Amino acid sequence: MRLPLLALLARGPAHGYELKQGLEQLLGAAYPQPNVGQIYVTLGRLEKSGLIEGEEIAQSNRPNKKIYRLTDAGREALHVWFEDPTDEPRVRDEFFMKLALAPASGMADQITLINKQRRQYLNTLRDLTKLAASEDRDNRISQLLIEGAMLHLQADLDWLERCQEELE
Amino acid sequence: MSDEPAPPPLLRTQGLVKTYSGEGAPAHAVRGVDLTIRRGEFVAVTGPSGAGKSTLLHLLGGLQRPDSGSIWLDGERVDSYSEARWAVLRRRRIGVVFQFFNLVSNLTVADNIELPTLLAGSNARQARSEREKLLAELGLEGKERSMPGELSGGEQQRVALARALVNHPDLLLADEPTGSLDSKGTREVMRLLSRFHQRGQAILLVTHDHRLASAADRVISFFDGRVADDATLGAGTGGRGVSSVLELKD
Repeated sequence: MRLPLLALLARGPAHGYELKQGLEQLLGAAYPQPNVGQIYVTLGRLEKSGLIEGEEIAQSNRPNKKIYRLTDAGREALHVWFEDPTDEPRVRDEFFMKLALAPASGMADQITLINKQRRQYLNTLRDLTKLAASEDRDNRISQLLIEGAMLHLQADLDWLERCQEELE
Repeated sequence: MSDEPAPPPLLRTQGLVKTYSGEGAPAHAVRGVDLTIRRGEFVAVTGPSGAGKSTLLHLLGGLQRPDSGSIWLDGERVDSYSEARWAVLRRRRIGVVFQFFNLVSNLTVADNIELPTLLAGSNARQARSEREKLLAELGLEGKERSMPGELSGGEQQRVALARALVNHPDLLLADEPTGSLDSKGTREVMRLLSRFHQRGQAILLVTHDHRLASAADRVISFFDGRVADDATLGAGTGGRGVSSVLELKD
């Protein structure tokens, strides 16, 4: 979440709540639980590392609010972010390690593990289909994020099928 | 309290077996399948190619005969039916759609859809009114005089769906219905299957596409001629699901 917040600040100074709204607007229904606390914690860290600087603005009747702006170091970090290709999604995940270690442990059956995992992926796929239908069709960023999640799950399900073919 | 026994399930099989004997060793396509489909249920069968899922569908539609095992449709044993009686079942009670549409290429869209109604004994006026209703529903108005070859794959599959549903079958069997469609055609067919299901149509869908399968209420995983898992969806699995897939980390 650090770099996305920096990127939102690249268009101009903003306070924490505005950044939360910016994320919500961008990602729509595909950003289910915007956590404002997490945003403030991240902003604190970014400030400490010198990538942004905050300025307290006094408000009558209300607590002060803090406006953040990008520093030169922050702008440089963003340049690097956009410049570098992004890491591939994980493949050797938690589930894979369960599958790999099940026989040696003698505590779980591989096919049972695969079936359980498949059920979870299918349910999530189903929920994503509903989410895509409920989300504004014109929010292309949100629709693309959901589509990407579905394609990943499809690939995971294809891979589970391969595992089952091999291990059954 | 009623003393009436529970109505039989829409479809039930017991110990269904089908083996192909080609050259070399016999191939066991379906190896002892017990399956129950209730009225109005939407069931998907997924699995790798060669797992026997299409053979299973063919057995359920009477397009192939099992070596052993039984099939009951609405409580009536049908596996011993003659070819002619199966043809009648497929006309009235079991609709089928295939990957490659199987429309009659030298008949118009309208005739393709009306044919099963007329064969089932409706008069021309009824057949026409049913056909008009379905074409409107499937977004195919204005295509009634087209020949199948003039339509896109997605449109042909919608015509095939209309033909399969025109006699209001109890069960729709769909064998890889999106297997030869592009992503737009796939979404369209998926949307239509879900819509007919919401109105109470029972569907058995065979597909290798997990996304399509996830539209069903129940997903059967088929491996090596057997049911490896039979999962009811929508009941929750305790996972974090959508939010864990979409959240921003760090």
